[in-house]
Amino acid sequence: MKISRRQATDRSVQIFFLVVALVSITSLLLIGLFLFAEGLPVLKFTSLKDFLFGSLWYPTDDDPLFGILPLIAGSACVTLLSSIISVPLGIMTAIYIAEIAGKRTAEIVKPFVEILASLPSVVIGLFGLMVFGPFLQKVFNVPVGINLFNASLMLAFMAVPTICSISEDAIHSVPKSLREASLALGATKLETIFKIVLPAAASGIATAVILGMSRAIGETMVVLMVAGGAAIVPHSLFDPVRPMPASIASEMAEAPFRSTHYHALFAIGIVLFVFTLLFNLTADVLANRFQKKQLGG
Amino acid sequence: MGDNTVMKQQQTSQIAKRLKRRQMLQGLFFNLFRLATLINAAALLIVGYFVISRGAGSISWDFLTQPPSDSMTKGGIMPCIIGTFYLAAGALLFAMPIGVATAVYLHEYARRGRFLRMIRFGINSLAGVPSIVFGLFGLAFFCTVLNFGVSLLAGALTLGVMTLPVIIGATEEALKAVPDTYREASLGLGATKWQTIYRVVIPAAIPEILTGAILGLGRAAGETAPILFTAAVFFTPVLPTSLFDEVMALPYHIYALATEGRNIAVTGPLQYGTALVLIVLVCGMNLFAIIIRARLRRKLQE
Repeated sequence: MKISRRQATDRSVQIFFLVVALVSITSLLLIGLFLFAEGLPVLKFTSLKDFLFGSLWYPTDDDPLFGILPLIAGSACVTLLSSIISVPLGIMTAIYIAEIAGKRTAEIVKPFVEILASLPSVVIGLFGLMVFGPFLQKVFNVPVGINLFNASLMLAFMAVPTICSISEDAIHSVPKSLREASLALGATKLETIFKIVLPAAASGIATAVILGMSRAIGETMVVLMVAGGAAIVPHSLFDPVRPMPASIASEMAEAPFRSTHYHALFAIGIVLFVFTLLFNLTADVLANRFQKKQLGG
Repeated sequence: MGDNTVMKQQQTSQIAKRLKRRQMLQGLFFNLFRLATLINAAALLIVGYFVISRGAGSISWDFLTQPPSDSMTKGGIMPCIIGTFYLAAGALLFAMPIGVATAVYLHEYARRGRFLRMIRFGINSLAGVPSIVFGLFGLAFFCTVLNFGVSLLAGALTLGVMTLPVIIGATEEALKAVPDTYREASLGLGATKWQTIYRVVIPAAIPEILTGAILGLGRAAGETAPILFTAAVFFTPVLPTSLFDEVMALPYHIYALATEGRNIAVTGPLQYGTALVLIVLVCGMNLFAIIIRARLRRKLQE
């Protein structure tokens, strides 16, 4: 009798944990659901094509226009430009920590990366706005210091820790025997890193890059404070831009509840959500492939 | 014969030359990698330097304990500190039980398979959702549908959902670090799985789980975008007395001062002062968690 009661408890506890474990995925579904519920009504006012590919974003005019192409272009530009900086920087730092630095040096360097990851985005935004913006203005002699380049650089340093720590894990999980075999054949340490370790860790590093880019595309405060805010397709590094998160963050307060503008901002949220979900899906597929390869090897 | 020796000598010297070039190349690249690492450290130090050097002057007892006055040009940031504390603590109150239970399920109960992959994908995707999208979700769900309005409760819940993946990840790492022999010993003595989990596994993992909680607290305290539309206001003369009050918060205060404040010469020091308080809070919590975790790991390894 006693044993069966214990087993019954055990069973119900397991079911309880299972139900709780579903909270995360339920939240994700709810986020999607509410974005679509509040965002789709914008299509009553404008067609999907005009919304996504319209090049004019004048949401508050008497005859408002809701084309988010400039916002998408802004997001794409800051994400790409920041990746050009953060990807090499993140991967090289990961190689340094995992392959070159001694154990003690690594133990000192790693907290630096972790603290960099924990810097609140609003503080980085403040730095870009107050310190780096004026610096850019002076050095490059440009009219405004808050622009595409400034935002990309600030975003890059927010993405570096993500890229670095995930790449480092991938490099660490490459079996030692592979390195030893390569070194024993007379390859230098550098040749071993480039020809053996990095190819073996490639899909793990790809995951890191994608998650880093996903972080950059979704980051809000930095692009809100230092991207410049002009809803135009940029033509130069020093043009101001208005990425999608910045538009949502700065306009929601002035958009009347459930007006077309309000729905349009939610619809931008859908675009962002779908983008990051795709990034994550790709990262997930790559990570699983990496794991399988590791298990197989 | 003589020719042969000369040729051999030439070959060896060529190989030696090539080896030298290979080693030089290695030195060059290693220095490049070192430089990349230094750039990151420098970035952190530069941001830290500016915030500390410009903010330290405005830190005083009054700054930490007084509300703002004279339309935000004087006074302190006490309501923001309290608001941030409430928001982060509320987020943790929500995320901690759910996060720990989820991690226990994932690590102790779930079997490999499609279902587990689906749950993991959900958690990873939730971790990747942009913070502003959490803000939209909070506005549409907590503020509007559940009718909480712009309030402490709505903000804390929004931050809580966002913190969930952090807690789950940290707790899973904590559970992983508990040796399997602990579980086997308990099960071998006839304990059920649940008894093993709450009497053996969780007590052994609790210090590291709490470290994860600190990380989550830091994350929630530093975020701005999720509370933009759900909880934060630029100024409110009273401290929150109920869950349905609006609050001031440190990160939002920095943003608002930086973008709405007209007189930068006057509000500048206040911004840096607030930023310094926020950095000390958030990075301090993180550093604390990192140090504790490293110590715990070393202990477990011994």
